Amino acid sequence: MISKILTDTAQTRSAKNPETKKSGDPVTQELKPAAINSFSAAEKDKTKVKIKLSEDKAHKILEICASYNNDPGELINVLHETQGEFGYLPAEVQEVVAQGLGVSTAQVYGVVTFYSYFTMIPKGRFPISICTGTACYVRGAEKVLEEFKRELNIGVGETTEDGKFSINCLRCVGACGLAPVVLVGEKVYGRVSPESVKTILANYEEK
Amino acid sequence: MTKVKTLPELIKMKETLVSQRACYSKQLHVCGGTGCQAAQSKTLDVTLKEIVTDKGLDKDVKITMTGCFGFCEKGPIVKVLPDHTFYTEVKPTDAREIIDEHVVKGNQVERLLYVDPTTREHVPNSDKMEFYKKQLRIALRNCGEINPEDIHDYIENDGYQALGKVLTQMDAQQTIDIIKKSGLRGRGGGGFPTGLKWEITSKSQADQKYVVCNADEGDPGAFMDRAILEGDPNSIIEAMAICGYAIGASKGLVYIRAEYPLAISRLKKAIAQARELGLLGDDILGTGFNFDIQLRYGAGAFVCGEETALIHSMEGKRGEPSFKPPFPSVSGYQGKPTNVNNVETFANIPVIINKGAEWFASIGTEKSKGTKVFALAGKINNVGLIEVPMGITLREIIFEIGGGIKDGKKFKAVQTGGPSGGCLTEKHLDTPIDYDNLTAVGSMMGSGGMIVLDEDDCMVSVAKFYLDFIVEESCGKCSPCRIGNKRLYEILEKITQGKGTLEDLEKLKNLSNVIKDTSLCGLGQTSPNPVLSTLQNFYDEYIEHVVDKKCRAGQCKALLYYVIDENVCIGCTACKRSCPVNAITGDKKQPHVINQDICIKCGACEEKCAFDAISIKLEHKVKVVE
Ligand SMILES: Cc1cc2nc3c(=O)[nH]c(=O)nc-3n(C[C@H](O)[C@H](O)[C@H](O)COP(=O)(O)O)c2cc1C
Ligand code: SF4
Ligand code: SF4
Ligand code: FES
Repeated sequence: MISKILTDTAQTRSAKNPETKKSGDPVTQELKPAAINSFSAAEKDKTKVKIKLSEDKAHKILEICASYNNDPGELINVLHETQGEFGYLPAEVQEVVAQGLGVSTAQVYGVVTFYSYFTMIPKGRFPISICTGTACYVRGAEKVLEEFKRELNIGVGETTEDGKFSINCLRCVGACGLAPVVLVGEKVYGRVSPESVKTILANYEEK
Repeated sequence: MTKVKTLPELIKMKETLVSQRACYSKQLHVCGGTGCQAAQSKTLDVTLKEIVTDKGLDKDVKITMTGCFGFCEKGPIVKVLPDHTFYTEVKPTDAREIIDEHVVKGNQVERLLYVDPTTREHVPNSDKMEFYKKQLRIALRNCGEINPEDIHDYIENDGYQALGKVLTQMDAQQTIDIIKKSGLRGRGGGGFPTGLKWEITSKSQADQKYVVCNADEGDPGAFMDRAILEGDPNSIIEAMAICGYAIGASKGLVYIRAEYPLAISRLKKAIAQARELGLLGDDILGTGFNFDIQLRYGAGAFVCGEETALIHSMEGKRGEPSFKPPFPSVSGYQGKPTNVNNVETFANIPVIINKGAEWFASIGTEKSKGTKVFALAGKINNVGLIEVPMGITLREIIFEIGGGIKDGKKFKAVQTGGPSGGCLTEKHLDTPIDYDNLTAVGSMMGSGGMIVLDEDDCMVSVAKFYLDFIVEESCGKCSPCRIGNKRLYEILEKITQGKGTLEDLEKLKNLSNVIKDTSLCGLGQTSPNPVLSTLQNFYDEYIEHVVDKKCRAGQCKALLYYVIDENVCIGCTACKRSCPVNAITGDKKQPHVINQDICIKCGACEEKCAFDAISIKLEHKVKVVE
């Protein structure tokens, strides 16, 4: 069952605040009983990222669940570790987690979409995080963000087509003295200006 | 590491460590906080150590990577002891000179010394820096002083003595009484008396109780708790154990943001070392008291800082708040009595036990005792982490400790309390800061974010910034917060677009009050504060936006005007051809004019004009002289 090859859907929007989000939130939809434990075909169809979940990987997830005694109370820790392993949490990964912990997929999905740290689409090879904490904001983070969006032609929470860069916002990395701050992977760039955006991106030219 | 089995053994260990320390003639402390690590302080630390070992000085010179010194603006910092020389913006390439000149020859490296911005003179040591003069470091006592990754450094500085003292000399009620008498109030924002909270939890009957440390720190622009966890993780462990003893809990949980990898790794190390020494675990110091701590990770949701949401999140659920009562102290984690305290609150505990309630209560104002840590940021010269006695004024913080406004600009406002707080202005600068005074003037102590704004900041945009945050972070459980804040945001957006009306200002006020009154949790109950406080203190700026269609700070793009100076324009038509919306009219060789109703402020014309005839103005209406 878990070894079956699945194609998938991945959506980034968070179901935390329905007011700000687009329609079609599967958590709030009426689900037929049969659909409760899996993502609907339509959900999976909006596919951008296709993944195959090999038996190995499914086992890995079940192992992670088992290392937390398959305790549903450890769902968030399990998701942290699983995301650490796979980089993101696509639908079928969530299905296996649900199975492992003996909860509904809807519950897993509800948690994944509530927390902004969890993502359903893979980040770029060089994930760019722009600090939009207050200190960075008053020192011009917004303009820096605009410039990254313009240069890469993607929005926040998106990944470039070639999978190289993705843009995310985070709130205060604790380096406010260097505001505005941008992270590319683990590397921290301080006092970033819109003009220096090109230079930063140039560091990641692949030869 | 062998276990420390009794309090006398711990005291002996401390004495040995102190005497070992005395063997070093010089010590170098390198800041290893997140800010300084971002500026290569790790390489600097390694380089310094290599040079010292190379020169065979390692018996004489001790190099320690410490937590944050607070002076993040000028990092990386290196402090030399015993003379307290304070080097700023030190690069790895400066390491050799520091060792050769300062350590070996005893000459300060002048070019690396801090330069006082007013006197323009080099400051020889940290005691003479304005930044430190008015500070009083209790919660931050060990940050920048010890190696957070070695529990021995903590023990050397009175670490775990307070735990030893309560376990051997006091009962639970006596411990609670000390905290009550000290007047300590919660530093997580609410300011609830800590001793009282402990007492309530201690009186709740249950087979299991929990001590929870709230290290979620969601205020965007604040990093106090993170600095404490990174710089002095053992103080939190010790305090949680003391709390466990006082309330009758054997289990502790730290809820920490997953976005704080350094804090997590240091806390994990500290917990492992404390277990190895027997300062966590069973039968601590041979007293029969058991206590252990586990970590739980947040996953990026501001509302999880609210204690009931935090508890749900720790249980693996969506972090939605629930109605209080029941309070966590009666029914919390897994339905058991749970005492939730903030990181900084905990950091104060060991010192209060060691130095006494009277000592602590002698600091601060009548109703707010002790100190408060603030993350000072924004348009200020000395961005950093400061700890000041309650009762200090905003003026002292901003103009003395903070060194005034950046680039000689004019002070406009200071925002305290993060998204729950408000913007204070010139007239509040001399208000002594404590919980009650800040609330009285429409802001909040909050967890300690303090953002300074100058004349270039638009107050409507600042309010909009916070609302944007709130809209993103509202959990959506109750409608006033979920829908109301979104509407507030939209009205603010409309105003910054130049489409606001006077009626909108009334709506803002009314809606804000409704949201405050009817929201379920603290997030919604305080979220309109940035709007209300800016409306109250900067009403004229709102009026300018809606009536004069002007943003005096020049931040609202829609309220900027591209204007052609008819005296400079030669009528070359370059601008006219570049305008994507045909907003420019004018005949060849005649001055051109921009129709403001059509212009989309793209800036293309300004770029094209070779004669600098086009400029951006804050106002476009030409005053008609009658
Ligand atoms: C929206 C919201 C966010 C909060 N965030 C935090 C936080 O990040 N850290 C914190 O210690 N307390 C936070 N609190 C306060 C906690 O609910 C709780 O009062 C506090 O942790 C109690 O500890 P204290 O008494 O030591 O302050 C928040 C409250 C609300 C309503
Ligand atoms: S006030 Fe806001 S954050 Fe709090 S419960 Fe209601 S919707 Fe959620
Ligand atoms: S700013 Fe752009 S839209 Fe406005 S007049 Fe100039 S070119 Fe036209
Ligand atoms: S606000 Fe960006 S690092 Fe603190």
